[in-house]
Amino acid sequence: MLTFVGLGLWDERDVSFKGYEAVKKADKVYVEFYTSILMGTSIKKLSSFFGKEIKLLERKDLEEESWKIVEEALKLNVVILTPGDPMVATTHSALKLEAEKKGVKTSIIHGASIVSAVCGLTGLHNYRFGKSATVSHPYKGKVSITPIEIIERNWSIDAHTLLYLDLHPKPMSINEALEILLKIKDIKDSFAVGIARAGSSNPIVKCNRIGKLLHENFGKPLHILVVLAKTLHFMEFECLRKFANAPDELEKLVN
Amino acid sequence: MARAKKMVEKISELMWKPEKIRNMGIVAHIDHGKTTLSDNLLAGAGMISEELAGQQLYLDFDEQEQERGITINAANVSMVHEYKGEEYLINLIDTPGHVDFGGDVTRAMRAVDGVIVVVDAVEGVMPQTETVLRQALRENVKPVLFVNKVDRLIKELELTAEQMQERLVKVITEVNKLIKSMRPEKYKEWMLKVEEGSVAFGSALYKWAVSVPAMKETGVGFKEVYEYIKAGNVKELSKKSPLHRVVLDMVIKHMPSPIEAQKERIQVIWKGDLNSDIGKAMTNCDPKGPVALMITKIVADPHAGEVAVGRLFSGTLKAGMELNIVDRRTKNRIQTVGLYMGPRRVEVSEVPAGNIVAVVGLRDAVAGSTCTNLDEFVPFESIKHYSEPVVTMAIEAKNPRDLPKLIEVLRKLAKEDTTLHVTLNEETGEHLISGMGELHLEVKVEKIRRDYGLEVITSPPIVVFRETVTSTSPIVEGKSPNKHNRFYIVVEPLPEEVIKKFKEGEVDMKMDKKERRRILQEAGLSKEEAAGVQEYMEGNVFCDVTKGIQYLNETMELILEGFREAVRAGPLAREPLMGVKVKLVDCKLHEDAVHRGPAQVIPAVRSAIFAAMLQANPTLLEPYQKVFITVPQDMLGNVTREIQGRRGQILEMRTEGDMVTVVAKAPVKEMFGFAGSIRSATAGKAIWSVEHAGFEPVPQGLMEEFVMEVRKRKGLKLEIPKPEDFVG
Repeated sequence: MLTFVGLGLWDERDVSFKGYEAVKKADKVYVEFYTSILMGTSIKKLSSFFGKEIKLLERKDLEEESWKIVEEALKLNVVILTPGDPMVATTHSALKLEAEKKGVKTSIIHGASIVSAVCGLTGLHNYRFGKSATVSHPYKGKVSITPIEIIERNWSIDAHTLLYLDLHPKPMSINEALEILLKIKDIKDSFAVGIARAGSSNPIVKCNRIGKLLHENFGKPLHILVVLAKTLHFMEFECLRKFANAPDELEKLVN
Repeated sequence: MARAKKMVEKISELMWKPEKIRNMGIVAHIDHGKTTLSDNLLAGAGMISEELAGQQLYLDFDEQEQERGITINAANVSMVHEYKGEEYLINLIDTPGHVDFGGDVTRAMRAVDGVIVVVDAVEGVMPQTETVLRQALRENVKPVLFVNKVDRLIKELELTAEQMQERLVKVITEVNKLIKSMRPEKYKEWMLKVEEGSVAFGSALYKWAVSVPAMKETGVGFKEVYEYIKAGNVKELSKKSPLHRVVLDMVIKHMPSPIEAQKERIQVIWKGDLNSDIGKAMTNCDPKGPVALMITKIVADPHAGEVAVGRLFSGTLKAGMELNIVDRRTKNRIQTVGLYMGPRRVEVSEVPAGNIVAVVGLRDAVAGSTCTNLDEFVPFESIKHYSEPVVTMAIEAKNPRDLPKLIEVLRKLAKEDTTLHVTLNEETGEHLISGMGELHLEVKVEKIRRDYGLEVITSPPIVVFRETVTSTSPIVEGKSPNKHNRFYIVVEPLPEEVIKKFKEGEVDMKMDKKERRRILQEAGLSKEEAAGVQEYMEGNVFCDVTKGIQYLNETMELILEGFREAVRAGPLAREPLMGVKVKLVDCKLHEDAVHRGPAQVIPAVRSAIFAAMLQANPTLLEPYQKVFITVPQDMLGNVTREIQGRRGQILEMRTEGDMVTVVAKAPVKEMFGFAGSIRSATAGKAIWSVEHAGFEPVPQGLMEEFVMEVRKRKGLKLEIPKPEDFVG
């Protein structure tokens, strides 16, 4: 049996009670930190919290050598702990499929995801988000233009864009991400919301023009970014004023 | 000393008068006397003492070069010559004639505007003469001809005056034939004409030469030459009609100055906009224009470290200037600038356009780099080599402590000579050097020992095979490790003609798309393939024949990276690919960029190419050499035995007097140690040379044996891989 357990957003205590029980019952427990990272914990803390040995999986173990895990799950009760909600990063769907095809029973125990946490922290309406994208570190000096294309397409349907920030080789800051976007297109005057350390006891949420956010200090990772739609619902505006220190001029987006 | 100082002053003055400059090279088949000619020209121009020249081999300043009696590095010298009462500055690049050093020849060609083609009167136009002359003509470099060793016709072959003339006419006709076929549009202007003095005859060793214009002044013509030689009075001949005067006069009269040359050459060697400021500055050889410098060679100088030598096409170089090394995407600051006089580099305060310049401080430049002070600059077309590395040797430091130093030295050597490939394997500690031939590598190893004082152990030379396919594969699906991206690949043999077009520079990835498509279609690609060519690499092509796939554009660089990895080391034995056409027929990409990053795309594409190749009747190609051996007739049997014992094939036999020249073809793999064998088989009487003859499939019966041989050496599993090993 193979169970994917979402760890939620920040530290070991974000796991659901069902997730906790699944780990307790497991023969073998793995964790992966390459689709995201839990900044408030460590493998050691996780192990002592669950009272179990937990092994770290690298990308290679879950991709090129996924058959090893599947084989093990044919005989044992295997749990894979993942940050957030297991299937949001899409990567693990391949493993789940592979396991089911080989006759392994699989299940998911969900955790809190940044996707919903962003709505919570900013007050932006889940219904008003378009496609999301990742701002990745340039490869050999080349910057991916996908995020800007997505932002523009979302603007055309008056939707917000959630931008994940690359984690490898190191977590990208909001400032770095904005610089990369500005290299592709000058969107300095558009509004965005920067969110740092969602799920912790001291998250930061700031809304302003991109040109202004560029110089804000958001502190330690992880960071995430929302580029706002061309208009705002009045409730969204009020929340951003209250929770994200948005400037007065944001009001002109309300229709 | 005083004279040397005066010479520097003269050179510093003349370098500002481009109309008084000639940048030239000397090319020849091995042993036709090129270096002797260079030395005696230098001596005549007062650059080295006359007595020493000829024995000193001034240009062969590398100890090794002198010992081996051949020229290895193209060195640069400047000299001053007076013609019709005016002084001229002649920049001379000496180039090696041995086939193993082809890279140096091509690079030198980029820096010069004219070449003296040296041909041995007895041997006539030889294959290497043709190869180097072709290289010159392709670069739009104007040839003049010096027929050397004319005295041998009289003394050794005992020809009559008429027979001698017939011989010489034959040499000229052959060279003209080449000019006509390579540069038909230039033929009228460039055709060699004895009457006009674009041909000279003489002896580089005995320091005499004649030409028609010189005869009018000196009164020494063929009849007189014949008489002097018959009488054994070459000293007198050399006094009356000295080599350097006749030859350098010819150079000045018939070779273009940088001003004339750059008007026409820039469009051949540079693909930028000729009407832009920089385009105009280069075409006009403008010292006030932006800097456009093409590095042709990196020389290790014991005092200054690395010196970059190149041709300055526009602008003026000064110490302190910051130059953008375009192909390396970095900037370096110039420490000093100078000119070369033999092995000596003389520093000067600045050097203007039109000269060959030596620059210290361009740390990141390599042979072939383009340097400028502009931010944006279309690099000079990469210099084309007509020969690829075919021989490899493993090298390690005798003392493991020297390993870091060895790595540093290898990197340096690779930078000096771009035909030398260095592969460092940090994991196995096995370092490989690959080059143009056995001799090329031996010379480099000797250099490591001698110049860098490193004791090294080398493996015997190994031939580098190429992997290729002989039929079309089915469509193969390659999955990324995360299984969220799929690439559909087909491989098939790439038409020979397509490779030729790329190699000869008729097509490249920078040219107009439509034009490229037209040429490639003519060369045998389908319309879709020709339009979709994304990259050419070492005789292989990648074509994207998909339509309208979202995000493919920004994923292409990664796909090509996978293609490049496959080309560098194929599925059969991790040897490079050659003659393979890879087609991307379809692909499915993940919506988000991080899920289709390098770690996903590169292995997926590479594995799909491998699996496809294994289903397209893969085989190995091996390099061949053409061998030219001249021996006394009675030793012919020994020569043919030596060739046939090496899977060789005799192509032609030419007799001349009591000598016979055998032309044969044999795999390089079997040619190792040929030098020693042929020497003992012919009591040292054979004169021989080789040239590359391209790649050919290995005999079917030997394929598996060779694959296993390589796999064993590389520590790979001793079985031919199956497609399932790469896609499952």
